[in-house]
Amino acid sequence: MTETHDIDAVNAVMTQDEAQADVRQMNMIQAINSALDVMMDRDPDVVVMGEDVGYFGGVFRATAGLQQKYGKNRVFDTPITECGIIGVAVGMGAYGLRPVPEIQFADYIYPALDQLVSEAARLRYRSAGEFVSPMTVRSPFGGGIFGGQTHSQSPEGIFTHVSGVKTVIPSTPYDAKGLLIAAIEDNDPTIFFEPKRIYNGPFDGHYDTPAKSWAGHAQAQVPQGYYRIPLGKARTTRAGEALTILCYGTMVHVVENTVAAMGVDAEIIDLRTLVPLDIEAIEASVRKTGRCLIVHEATRTSGFGAELLAQVQERCFYHLEAPIERVTGFDTPYPHSLEWAYFPGPVRIREAITKIMKD
Amino acid sequence: MSDPLGSVEGQARRNLPSLKLHVPEPPARPGEAADFTHFDIPAAGAQPRPDETAQPADMRDMAYGLVRVLDDGGQAVGPWDPRLPAETLLKMLRYMALTRAFDARMFRAQRQGKTSFYMKSTGEEAVSIGAAMALSRDDMCFPSYRQQGILIARDWSLVDMMNQIYSNKGDRMKGRQLPIMYSAREAGFFSISGNLTTQYPQAVGWAMASAAKGDTRIAVTWCGEGSTAEGDFHSACTFASVYRAPVIMNVVNNQWAISSFSGFAGAEATTFAARAVGYGIAGLRVDGNDVLAVYAATRWAADRARANAGPTLIEHFTYRVEGHSTSDDPSAYRSAEESSQWPLGDPIARLKAHCIALGIWDDDRHAAMDKELAEHVRDAAREAEKNGILGHGLHHPMESMFEDVFEEMPWHLEEQKQQMLDEWKAAGL
Repeated sequence: MTETHDIDAVNAVMTQDEAQADVRQMNMIQAINSALDVMMDRDPDVVVMGEDVGYFGGVFRATAGLQQKYGKNRVFDTPITECGIIGVAVGMGAYGLRPVPEIQFADYIYPALDQLVSEAARLRYRSAGEFVSPMTVRSPFGGGIFGGQTHSQSPEGIFTHVSGVKTVIPSTPYDAKGLLIAAIEDNDPTIFFEPKRIYNGPFDGHYDTPAKSWAGHAQAQVPQGYYRIPLGKARTTRAGEALTILCYGTMVHVVENTVAAMGVDAEIIDLRTLVPLDIEAIEASVRKTGRCLIVHEATRTSGFGAELLAQVQERCFYHLEAPIERVTGFDTPYPHSLEWAYFPGPVRIREAITKIMKD
Repeated sequence: MSDPLGSVEGQARRNLPSLKLHVPEPPARPGEAADFTHFDIPAAGAQPRPDETAQPADMRDMAYGLVRVLDDGGQAVGPWDPRLPAETLLKMLRYMALTRAFDARMFRAQRQGKTSFYMKSTGEEAVSIGAAMALSRDDMCFPSYRQQGILIARDWSLVDMMNQIYSNKGDRMKGRQLPIMYSAREAGFFSISGNLTTQYPQAVGWAMASAAKGDTRIAVTWCGEGSTAEGDFHSACTFASVYRAPVIMNVVNNQWAISSFSGFAGAEATTFAARAVGYGIAGLRVDGNDVLAVYAATRWAADRARANAGPTLIEHFTYRVEGHSTSDDPSAYRSAEESSQWPLGDPIARLKAHCIALGIWDDDRHAAMDKELAEHVRDAAREAEKNGILGHGLHHPMESMFEDVFEEMPWHLEEQKQQMLDEWKAAGL
């Protein structure tokens, strides 16, 4: 067992004098807003930019109040050109700023791909460190909000395939703040995908029951001050012996709920960072349980689950007692009216767990 | 296709002309006489010079004219004459000649198999040298791949440039980039990308950062006319206009994007400087083979940016005398006569004639300078070759390929590095 996936050990990275005792309940939006506030206050080079992020505070309110507090030179609305937003952020990074651009929906990130893939991700390498791109690109992603195919996608696998960029996905308010602070402080470009289905509360996958808020959730107790959760460290949200479930973002909560309902002794690992991946936590857990389920909302073929499956197979083959299973989105666009047939919900997760445990 | 005349719709359409697709074609192909009659080239000195803080709407004509200073008799004329001292003129001449000598040597090095690739800037030297000399040395340049003249005008080490071209152990970029894709932070020269016009919004971002911080430095960028079609170009123009960024955006209109003539970037419809009109930013169209015009226009735009009067888009009208790169053969797609008949002449010859007309220069001194520069470049090449040439072993160690992907090497790169080293060791290499 490594200590890296021990939640107490990870939280201990937050040094006691830095973590302010002033903890309050926050939803994920408030936690992200707090992270931006803390970092803008600490570092005058942090700038926030994007469509509607300024005076209005963002379509999801993640940047509310920041322009009023830090001024228009540091928090500003941009033209509707994602290519331009990221290109400008590369130039600002080369100047010495630490830009935190927002792409309003992950589905809109494609016009910025060249600037992200060929420029931000490659600048340190191609200039041998003369120029770097320390930007953090925030973008809401994932479905479950009836957003149709242009407001629901999970394109993380496109970025994990690119050398030179880190990909981070939080699943709770506490993690969202600590990871976002770490991403902003990181000197490499980071894609920070925010699971918008759980902005306002954890989601158990049962779309037909009333929505829950973050109230009362242990991970919604968020320090108001500075703390960071290191990139590349997973979080074991439930320790167990029967099987290992690898997941991130919204699916963490869907998995937790399904596991609780089934009464199966699963070990649930919230990856939190896809690149760099916490391979030690994964390897230790699968070697212990001998069974592995991978769950993500993104499409299946060449999805990040394929990489996870390969890693587990390479490292844990002789410990496996059953084939590794994947529960993912289907290889179709996200259908509006059939959203809940597409979403990898409790029914499919339950079936997969049952199958793995049968062998 | 059958004509649907049976239908009511078909009956109604039968008298309409057939639609036609226009696919542009250059005036002359191989074997044909060069034709420049479609270019309207105004006399030197004819263009007015607006105030540096003029409103873009009050100077739209500048986007359709051509700022020219040097006339056919070698005289500097008109309101754009920067009235440079003799010493500066001779420095310009020397930098342009050095750029040409450098290009000649490195082109030959590629043909000799010492490197994989090279790109000459023959005929376009004024665009880089004139601009670099009009800027402050700490203004930040975001060049395209044919602005080696900036480094030369900023007195950057030729050996350092050649190390990059040879991808040898002296290459500060550790042999990772295609030859000529320099990066020189100390020279205010941003890392060159092979992806076209990505540097445009980056330059605007740098300029916005400089303005937001209350700095005094401006950003300057270059792209070719062909790549003005990229979305990045238009994103950059929008950002530059919206935030009145202190940036100069140069379009080097050298007529050819590999084999595609400028018509495929829209040159049949309007000028490239006219792109500025739609964005409400200042646009200047300049004789790019007239180094004094390039200098004057750049100085005008730099003064404008420094006065918080906004960005400028400058089209440099020039001609790509050589192939796109060492991998290109222009005789396969354009008239061989074009480069010699190009009406705006050669930038070095024009400045040389001007200096001779001023009585500060002569043919003998010019010939001596060319000889001296060729030797200077040859000596630099010999020095660089001591660090190795491409493919002859004197490169950075294999494991260096895993460095600088991230600030700190993550486990998966460490693992891949170790695996590679183990495999080579097991193979007895």
